[in-house]
Order: sequence, then structure tokens, then C-alpha cells
Amino acid sequence: MNKSLLASALLLALLAGCANERVILLPSADGRQSAVVVRTGGDELLLDKPYAANERRIGLNIPYQSNAAEVQERYAATLAAQPMRPSSYTLYFMTGSNQLTPASEAEFARIKSEIAQRAASEARVIGHTDRVGSAEANDRLSKVRAERVRDLLVSEGVAADKLEAVGRGEREPLVPTADEVDEARNRRVEIAIR
Amino acid sequence: MIHLNRLPLAVLLGALVGANALAGEQVGMVKTVRGQVSIERGSERMPAIVGVPLQQNDRVRTGDNASVGVTLRDNTLLSAGPRSLIVIDKFAYDSTTNVGAMSVGIRRGTLAVATGKIAKATPESVDFHTPTSVLGVRGTEFVVEVDGGSDE
Repeated sequence: MNKSLLASALLLALLAGCANERVILLPSADGRQSAVVVRTGGDELLLDKPYAANERRIGLNIPYQSNAAEVQERYAATLAAQPMRPSSYTLYFMTGSNQLTPASEAEFARIKSEIAQRAASEARVIGHTDRVGSAEANDRLSKVRAERVRDLLVSEGVAADKLEAVGRGEREPLVPTADEVDEARNRRVEIAIR
Repeated sequence: MIHLNRLPLAVLLGALVGANALAGEQVGMVKTVRGQVSIERGSERMPAIVGVPLQQNDRVRTGDNASVGVTLRDNTLLSAGPRSLIVIDKFAYDSTTNVGAMSVGIRRGTLAVATGKIAKATPESVDFHTPTSVLGVRGTEFVVEVDGGSDE
């Protein structure tokens, strides 16, 4: 970095109120690879290992390796406030009917109690179809399936304003198939609780 | 996959963000509160309590020893520690297609993030920003701190 660049970086830092900043990448809950890209002016810094960190001080980036102990020390209160993780259930229907399978009947009871127990719970009911029929027809059908499950939850005492029913048609199959294939495992309704 | 779809997604996003700029649309909900937390909406200021919905452009401010947790509609989890100011600058999400865009600012304090469905489907349409930097994400959990940032 030449002198004039350094001078303008320092000036920028002053203009920004001399804020010191820190970013720490946390291990992802599902164990998958993840990353944060920190962009400052023209600089780009990639944090792509658990606890990879950047401290920004008087306009300069200082990358370093943080750890669980530092995160705990600095951010315990912040992380303790994190809402409960969303959860997701999938219900299946008996062939050619709107009757849930026995396994899904049991799951339905768990879903009800989880919605009741979470603080300020909300749930999205997402209908899916197999690939028989047109994409447009499947969008409608998946919505109808979702609305049916939503109505079932409402009739069992779940407040309607907590629930949203959407249809995702055939675009998110559980089992990928060619078009027009009859696949029971794709005729499902997912309930995402948050 | 995402690369192949980028062009139509960009077109959809444009339409979606336009449609969702309407005032009053719910973008998330307060799920945890500790101590004094307020939501500022235009010139209004209201206490944040569990179950209060949030809208685009809301500012969430925590007091000393206070903290707040928010779940956005795409399952993004946000939580802020004491003396923080967080702004939801933009949030648009179509729950049918998982297409959306979001931009969240931290003016000061601490923010923990676990990204949701939008970041999974189109990470390029999600950003978090501090007074000096923009953070792009790839299916991510992280903490960010701004010490001595702006009060506004």
C-alpha cells in the first residue's frame, strides 16, 4: 500500500467514526463448509475456516484465528439470545387420498405440540407434488395439499395467524424423476416451524 | 445450478423487491427479549416483546444488559447483544420459490447471524453491513461486532 492510499484509508476510518470492528466465522450447525467475505473499499477478505476472524482497526484489516473461548468471552450474551433453530417435518399421504399415512398421523401430533410449545411460533406448510401433469397444475395442486394440512392444524386448535400455506409444485422433488413419473415420495407436505 | 439460473433469478428478484417494498409487510418476528429492547419504525418507537412482527426498515435497539433474538421469514436467525443497533434495510422473500433478497446493517454493538433459505438459494442476494464493510455469506453462521459505531 503506498502512502497516499494509506492516508486515504486512515481518513476513511476517521470519517467512519473510528469504529473498530470484528467478524468471526462460526462453525455451521450442520457441519457444512461455509464462508464470509468481508469487503472494505476495494479489499476483499475471505473467512472460510471455523473461527477465522478479522479485526478492523484504524482502517486496517487484521486477519487472525479466533477460537471458541474468545467467542464465548465476547459474545455469550449475543449468542444466548439466538432464537430456537427452525425445525421441519414431512407428512405423506395414502395413495390417491388426503388421508395421512399412520406414521404421518403420529408425526402430526408432534408437530402440534411443537407449535404450541415454542415462543411466538410460526409455521409454513409447504405442499409438493410429483411430476405428473403440467408445472402450473402442480403449483395449484401443491397449494391445495398445503391448505388441507393447514386447515387440519387449525381444526386441531392451532391459531390460523401462525400458519402460512404455500405450494412449491414439482420444483423441489425429494426423489428426482423424469417428467410425468408417478412418485409417491414426492407427494408430500412439509411443515417448517420457526 | 445457481450460475445457470442467475439471469432469470435476477429478473425475478427485481420484480420481487419492487413488490415487497410496500410498507407494513411482515419480514420477521421477535422471538427472544431480555432487558430493554425497542423497535423504531419511522418516527414511532415501541417496546420489543416476544411475538412482535418486524417490517422492512425497522431499527432494533438494545439497552445495557439487554439482548434480542429475531427470526426472519426465510429462517434467518439474528440476535443482538447489549447496546446494539440493527437495521433491516431490505427483506424480500417469496416462500413459494425461495427467491429473495436481504440486507441487514449493524450500526453498533454485536450481532450473531445464522443465515436462512435466501442465502442458501441465492447467496449473492444477501448482505450484512457494518459502518465500513459489507459481508457476503455462503451458508453461514458468524458474529460481528462494531465498537464505537453510530447511534443513528
